[in-house]
Amino acid sequence: MTIQTRSHAGYLDPILVKHQHNPNNLLQILIEAQQHYGHIHTDAIAHLSEQLQFPRSKIEGVVGFYSFLYLKPQGEYRVLFSDNITDRMLGNMDLMERMCAQLWVESGKVSEDGLLSINTTSCTGMCDQGPALLVNNIAINHLSPERVNAISELIRERVPVSSWPAEFFAIQDNIRRKDILLDSHFQPGSALSVLFRSGAQRGLDEIKASRLRGRGGAGFSTGMKWEFCRDAVGDAHYVVCNADEGEPGTFKDRVLLNGYADMVFEGMTACARIIGAKKGFLYLRGEYVYLREHLQAVLQRRRQQSLLGQCILGNDDFSFDIEIHLGAGAYICGEESALIESLEGKRGTPRNRPPFPVTNGYLDQPTVVNNVETFAAASLILLNDGAWYAGIGTATSSGTKILSVSGDCQRPGLYEYPFGVTVAEVLEDCGARNTQAVQISGPSGMCISQAEFGRRIAFDDIPTAGAFMIFDQRRDMFEVARNFVRFFAHESCGFCTPCRVGTSLLSNMMDKLANGHGSPYDFSEIEKLNVILQSTSHCGLGHSACNPVLDTIKKFRSAYEKRMIHEDFVPAFDLDFALTQARQMTGRDDSSAHLERLNEPR
Amino acid sequence: MNVPEMTEPEINVKPKLRVATTSLAGCFGCHMSFLDIDERLFDLLELVEFDRSPLTDIKHCGPCDIGIIEGGVCNAENVHVLREFRANCKILIAIGACAINGGLPAQRNHLPLSIVLEEVYHAQHGLVDGFIPNDPELPLPLDKVHPIHEVVQVDYFIPGCPPSGDAIWKVLTDLLAGREPELGHGLIHYD
Amino acid sequence: MNPDKQTFTLDGKTIPFCNGQTIIQAAMDAGEYIPHLCFNPEFKPHGSCKLCTVKADGRTTASCTQFAQDGMVVESNTKEINDERRVLLQMLFVEGNHFCPSCEKSGNCQLQATAYELNMMSPHFDQFFPDRPLDASHPEYFLDLNRCILCSLCVRASRDVDGKNVFALSGRGIKSHVIVNAQSGQLGDTDFAGDDKAAQVCPVGVILKKRVGFSVPIGKRSFDEQPISATPHPVVKEA
Ligand SMILES: Cc1cc2nc3c(=O)[nH]c(=O)nc-3n(C[C@H](O)[C@H](O)[C@H](O)COP(=O)(O)O)c2cc1C
Ligand code: SF4
Ligand code: SF4
Ligand code: SF4
Ligand code: FES
Repeated sequence: MTIQTRSHAGYLDPILVKHQHNPNNLLQILIEAQQHYGHIHTDAIAHLSEQLQFPRSKIEGVVGFYSFLYLKPQGEYRVLFSDNITDRMLGNMDLMERMCAQLWVESGKVSEDGLLSINTTSCTGMCDQGPALLVNNIAINHLSPERVNAISELIRERVPVSSWPAEFFAIQDNIRRKDILLDSHFQPGSALSVLFRSGAQRGLDEIKASRLRGRGGAGFSTGMKWEFCRDAVGDAHYVVCNADEGEPGTFKDRVLLNGYADMVFEGMTACARIIGAKKGFLYLRGEYVYLREHLQAVLQRRRQQSLLGQCILGNDDFSFDIEIHLGAGAYICGEESALIESLEGKRGTPRNRPPFPVTNGYLDQPTVVNNVETFAAASLILLNDGAWYAGIGTATSSGTKILSVSGDCQRPGLYEYPFGVTVAEVLEDCGARNTQAVQISGPSGMCISQAEFGRRIAFDDIPTAGAFMIFDQRRDMFEVARNFVRFFAHESCGFCTPCRVGTSLLSNMMDKLANGHGSPYDFSEIEKLNVILQSTSHCGLGHSACNPVLDTIKKFRSAYEKRMIHEDFVPAFDLDFALTQARQMTGRDDSSAHLERLNEPR
Repeated sequence: MNVPEMTEPEINVKPKLRVATTSLAGCFGCHMSFLDIDERLFDLLELVEFDRSPLTDIKHCGPCDIGIIEGGVCNAENVHVLREFRANCKILIAIGACAINGGLPAQRNHLPLSIVLEEVYHAQHGLVDGFIPNDPELPLPLDKVHPIHEVVQVDYFIPGCPPSGDAIWKVLTDLLAGREPELGHGLIHYD
Repeated sequence: MNPDKQTFTLDGKTIPFCNGQTIIQAAMDAGEYIPHLCFNPEFKPHGSCKLCTVKADGRTTASCTQFAQDGMVVESNTKEINDERRVLLQMLFVEGNHFCPSCEKSGNCQLQATAYELNMMSPHFDQFFPDRPLDASHPEYFLDLNRCILCSLCVRASRDVDGKNVFALSGRGIKSHVIVNAQSGQLGDTDFAGDDKAAQVCPVGVILKKRVGFSVPIGKRSFDEQPISATPHPVVKEA
């Protein structure tokens, strides 16, 4: 026992020192601690609990919340296939089966020799270059049968992931259409210089004049958010950049962080100047851990350029720095109050609101949380001016929006448009043919049918956080909705009754339809669940969990009619199948050892 | 406390309603409770006549107005009987905890059926050379015990283990009078 | 504004409140019942079960976390809201394993009593029948998580009153569950004690004192005698 503990101390103590023995950094400590054994050893928890003087139950509670933290041993190679609908359309399930067969392992399990485990994970944000997977949290895209063969071979030969061919890990930006933001050739420090010249109040006025609205989905006025936060009383103010980008089908923040990190960090720094913050965080989803090194380098360079750190650009009264915090596989941590909980090292459960983060955010202090793209746009606005920005786009929606286009089209990738662009124009530009539907803003957004392709991307028509997934006539829109519902059930944080239980019930009902047990009864059940989820859920996840089903029922009824094969209620399970075990144990196969189906399909 | 309605339900002189009852994976406790409605049984018999039921000797359920089911669904025969009731009864009532959520028999649900059968026929103390009976006359068990509403659609539920005679009387008289049945405090019980 | 004069209406009745009170707190003080499970007036509101859902000025919200506002119009005891609450109860029933006839808490259980109050005649949905172990390791107490509704009252009581953190939540989504503060995962290996507040707060039959099980017979227990709506504060009686 003591030997065990001492051996854990060896790798844990430096991590604890690095994080100042601060339980607020628990999630970061755990992510690093896990590197050692591939899971968090039970004795490691004992050591952490003792050193942090923090209850073991809470540590275990945190580990249990995040998909990428493990209490039990995992394979040396942990393979997670991205399971967004776009990955499915590109054949990820066949590829996963192929790998399972090649390596003699069942999905969801660890192989007997402990060499590997294979499972699925929620969208990894690589939809324009899928099918995708993560191996020990590092992304590999463009999977093909050949690539899968090669990966199986490398695993079988126990080649360390760090020695795998570099081309496996290549990730493209796929920028297809640039507008003011993506084409800005931003010079680090340029926006801050303007801000220092004009003053913080003037900077805020420009942001307000630009009518910039948040790009993370909800579309709240950025200027107002910054002003509320500035005016809120607190011991310290914080700036948080939301780079959790968990909404399936969204990948623009990944590209921004890869190629436009200066704009993002500069926007955060400007915000800090305006609201009076000394510290900022970038909350980076675990799936994007490969970007961390690059981002750290940018931060370091900015420190050297006096764009971060003490006395920024010679201003004695302004110091600010940014820390990167990693997520660990939890979509709900994109919700701003859950994100703050997670930043504080806790389970990512959304808080009761009000109070809102602008008054009671990180460590209960006034905090601005904005999306990556929002901060980048803020830099652009400060560099130019608010009126200029406000003149682009539409009356309710100024500026441009970056869309993450994926699915059935010739040129998936990023498309930046002024707000007001029609769905049809985007489809034309990306080379989509025979399009049946577009899911805009991900599963929690809207499903748009052909009749609506004239509608516009704007807050007062089709608002979006950026996802634009295209489905052509071959696709089964029921399966699309089923994939999304399963996503919500998997990502529900479990805090409130309606969403915790309701998303699982809904997912089971969709499976029931898929398994050929559907009848009009099940439709009324789905309607009922929808009402309760929308009205009583605690946060946006539960509120929107039924959207994909409702939209597709309304617009693609025939996909559901096909599943409404019985006139009357039938059980969700197969009665005859439920006798299989008993038949095996008794060796019987006579007619009374079977149950015929009633209500044969119409 | 709500005193159950004792007044005779107003019903035009019509042919008597046909009622069938049965017990699936249950203990007949609910049926015993049914008899507990005591002398009101005579009032009831003015209004209803019994089809298949442990109270009669009819083996198969014919067309009925009301079917009352005690017990959950644990084997193939339960499924047949339940389906026969659903097909023949205009109104189907689940009575008692077992019919409503599987009850005691469903406590085996967290175990694989193989372990249950092994335990019962092989491993149990005192069994020598036990074997799992394979007589076609015996109904095969399902892998899990189900409440009846998971197998057929059920119209009304009378919870309790067993429900009191008063509760049963209240639901039946409500139904006979064309009211939506409602058990108030004191009558609604899950234990 | 005179803080003493602030009122809102609850189903048409005028309810006074002071600054900082939530709707349910003010309603309880006025002797009015709003169904609730995770709320306990002795603890900071949690807002997770959603049984206390009301419509405040037309907006659906949890009354245990929503602050009362002067002139607010609150609807609670309506068919629409009660229908929703019944569905939430049914979700809680199918999520766990609730076999009331064999549960010591029966008759003293808030989940059950609330279900009686709202005329829940069946759990309606398909049962999940989860596989959850019974922990009998503690000399004085059982922990039967089959009946846990994740209200976190034990967590709050142990943390905020007992200063022990015996209980915590782990898992996520439908796999959320209560864990205890011991490497073995067993209650018997924690510093849990019978006089902890956490031993008294569970609204359902999870944390149960041993050997007193059926000392009060079924039919004579708290909510057999009066409905939960007539019991203004949660009855904390040992099963
Ligand atoms: C379930 C859920 C997930 C969310 N995920 C994200 C996300 O991944 N990225 C993001 O920027 N905002 C996300 N949001 C929105 C945030 O709560 C918040 O509104 C946003 O970060 C504010 O920034 P903005 O004003 O710049 O858009 C999510 C919201 C919900 C309810
Ligand atoms: S709605 Fe879902 S994700 Fe949001 S708090 Fe409730 S359980 Fe958690
Ligand atoms: S906890 Fe309550 S509802 Fe659950 S079984 Fe016990 S008495 Fe019934
Ligand atoms: S054990 Fe009891 S008090 Fe604790 S969360 Fe579960 S139901 Fe609530
Ligand atoms: S009592 Fe308000 S949410 Fe539980």
